[in-house]
Amino acid sequence: MNDNMIQDTLLVTPALLVPLLPLIGFLINGLFGKFLPKSVTGWIAALAILGSFICSVTLFNGLNSTSSLNIDIFNWIAFSNINITFGFLIDPLTITMLLVVTGIGFLIHLYSIGYMHDDEGFTRFFTYLNLFIFFMLLLVMGNNYLVMFIGWEGVGLCSYLLIGFWFKNESYNNAAKKAFVMNRIGDLGFLLGMFFMLFYFGSIDYSTVANQAQTLAPNSALLITITMLLFVGAMGKSAQLPLFTWLPDAMAGPTPVSALIHAATMVTAGIYMIVRSNILFSLAPTTLTFILIVGVATSVFAAVIGLLQNDIKKVLAYSTVSQLGLMFAALGLGAFSSGMFHVVTHAFFKALLFLGAGSVIHALHGEQDIRKMGGLGKYIKVTYITFLLASLAISGFPFLSGFFSKDEILAHAFEQNKTIWVILSISSFITAFYMFRLVFLTFFGNFRGTEETKKHIHESPITMTLPLIVLCILAVVGGLLGLPEVFHVQHAFSTYLSSVTEGSAQYLVHHEKVSHATEIALMSFAGIGAIVVILFAYNKYVKQNALPADDVELTGLNKVISNKFYVDEIYETVFVKPITVLSDLFLVLVDKLIIDLAVNATAWIVATTGKTMRLMQTGNTGFYVFAMVIGMMVLLIIRLFI
Amino acid sequence: MENTLQAVPQNWYLVLSTLLFCIGIMGVLFRRNAIIILMCIELMLNSVNLLLVSFSAYSGNSDGQVFVFFIMVVAAAEVAVGLALMMSIYRNAASTDINVLNKLKW
Repeated sequence: MNDNMIQDTLLVTPALLVPLLPLIGFLINGLFGKFLPKSVTGWIAALAILGSFICSVTLFNGLNSTSSLNIDIFNWIAFSNINITFGFLIDPLTITMLLVVTGIGFLIHLYSIGYMHDDEGFTRFFTYLNLFIFFMLLLVMGNNYLVMFIGWEGVGLCSYLLIGFWFKNESYNNAAKKAFVMNRIGDLGFLLGMFFMLFYFGSIDYSTVANQAQTLAPNSALLITITMLLFVGAMGKSAQLPLFTWLPDAMAGPTPVSALIHAATMVTAGIYMIVRSNILFSLAPTTLTFILIVGVATSVFAAVIGLLQNDIKKVLAYSTVSQLGLMFAALGLGAFSSGMFHVVTHAFFKALLFLGAGSVIHALHGEQDIRKMGGLGKYIKVTYITFLLASLAISGFPFLSGFFSKDEILAHAFEQNKTIWVILSISSFITAFYMFRLVFLTFFGNFRGTEETKKHIHESPITMTLPLIVLCILAVVGGLLGLPEVFHVQHAFSTYLSSVTEGSAQYLVHHEKVSHATEIALMSFAGIGAIVVILFAYNKYVKQNALPADDVELTGLNKVISNKFYVDEIYETVFVKPITVLSDLFLVLVDKLIIDLAVNATAWIVATTGKTMRLMQTGNTGFYVFAMVIGMMVLLIIRLFI
Repeated sequence: MENTLQAVPQNWYLVLSTLLFCIGIMGVLFRRNAIIILMCIELMLNSVNLLLVSFSAYSGNSDGQVFVFFIMVVAAAEVAVGLALMMSIYRNAASTDINVLNKLKW
């Protein structure tokens, strides 16, 4: 016990340094960036994150999986019986997220040094990136919902700044605004959820809320309300139906941003939040069912849209939405640690895919349309091989990381509901298909761009390829973190997280575990299915050289899918247009008629009175003195007689 | 304790200083020569001084007389400034008639 305490105090410093280093990096680059040479600012930012990563590793080594470290930094809000502290909670779940955020964050900083090399906003970019990491760390390290909310809002802000990073382009600005507004809708849910917790539980500490919730009847109206509101927050941040449309548009930002914020870290905040409140959610099975439905629907819906996208980053964006849906489906099934496991493996391969896409775009000087690519495998070998392996991983190719994490979720689905399992399997086969459509159209066949571009195709510099290689290794072997028990080993990842998730186990409905034979059958089915789909894609796009049709040639269902089921247009008609009309109406009625009239009338009265009264100022001193004496006499009379 | 000031009834002082004050006001209101106006202002000040001194004497409290000294000092300073302004005005307008100085108006 005593040893433990000494060790805990030793861990406080690294724990505080984790968020502090990116903040320092942000301040240095933000305040003095313009006095520093470009080469220095990028490395300051990258080294700050590396420092955080080293501290995170120290925490990982120092804290065993059953203990947790609570650091209260100061009393923040204290009045009547409410007491909110600003503090950090370090437990296995936090450490998992810390390692992902700082580890992948560092690799992406490194990559950005190469990718953003010629950009005029180089320093600004790294400033924002460091600020983002700082807020993301606050989000995962906070010991109550309010600290999480600061991080939650902060990453939203940084996401906005980075999507609109090239602010000279109007459509990029619109994409940034769209992301911000969509997120605000979700944030409102989160905020209301916190108000409910404060009002009924008197606290927003994770542990207090969980304890208080357990005194209530399961599935009571209050619990359902709170969890639903929190889930609305998660929907916004993690781009679930119906709030997903901002994520594909968010690809307007520089590619490293898409990799870091819109694939690996920020968008998984919703999943982190639900796993963090797993006891709360497991007490509200109705909400879990709702999460399951939303997750499954999003997973299929986004995957179908991804089938017909022709922008390399848009395909990956829809794939991210689809994978996030899969993670939410896992949470809905009550498989919290499986959801987190997929968060981690997804962070590896999706960050790699985005960085690979960035490398392709870099090689082609900004070309993003896969119809104008092709045959790039010959020219940019490192990018090609890493991208291919990442695609295999996301498609669920046997024994790569995505295979294990996806399979775990599918096994849980099979245990509980066969229909869900069928739908999720279809979604994962669609994923395999569009990913390999992307790979084959980009790297196989002949180059379809101009000769001019072809001459300039070049492999990216070492700062860009090194992160690709490291992430590639992680994407390949990452699955070993969670080898299923079929292989006669302990599931390392879920064991590590068990101290976080065990509290909710008693409230979840228990399902018969599938037998090992069935599990192997399921895995083989998923693996073979993925391979068959990949071969099908190979046949279509390499053997037959099929090319995606031009947008104008599309008809029927294809056209609908290619236009993303017209979701944006529907939102435009249902929400944006009425609001615009309403605001126009108010402009005429309230603004012009009432407010303007009142203001103008006041101004008119003052002006007219002034115009008349100033004539009294004749310049005749005698008159002034006379007026003064009269005035004094009046005052005297009032004072004496009235 | 009797003193010379108390040889005269207090009402007389009041009437005298009121008269002096009114003469001062009338002068300020109806004369147009700036120097005379300045003198009338002095007259008003001194009527108040007289009142203060008389009250001071009758109530046996020297505060009023101390005040008078202060007022005299301030009045001296004020006259110095006022006359300097008059000089300046005279140099510009070649007159001390206040009706000449009516440029500053609406």
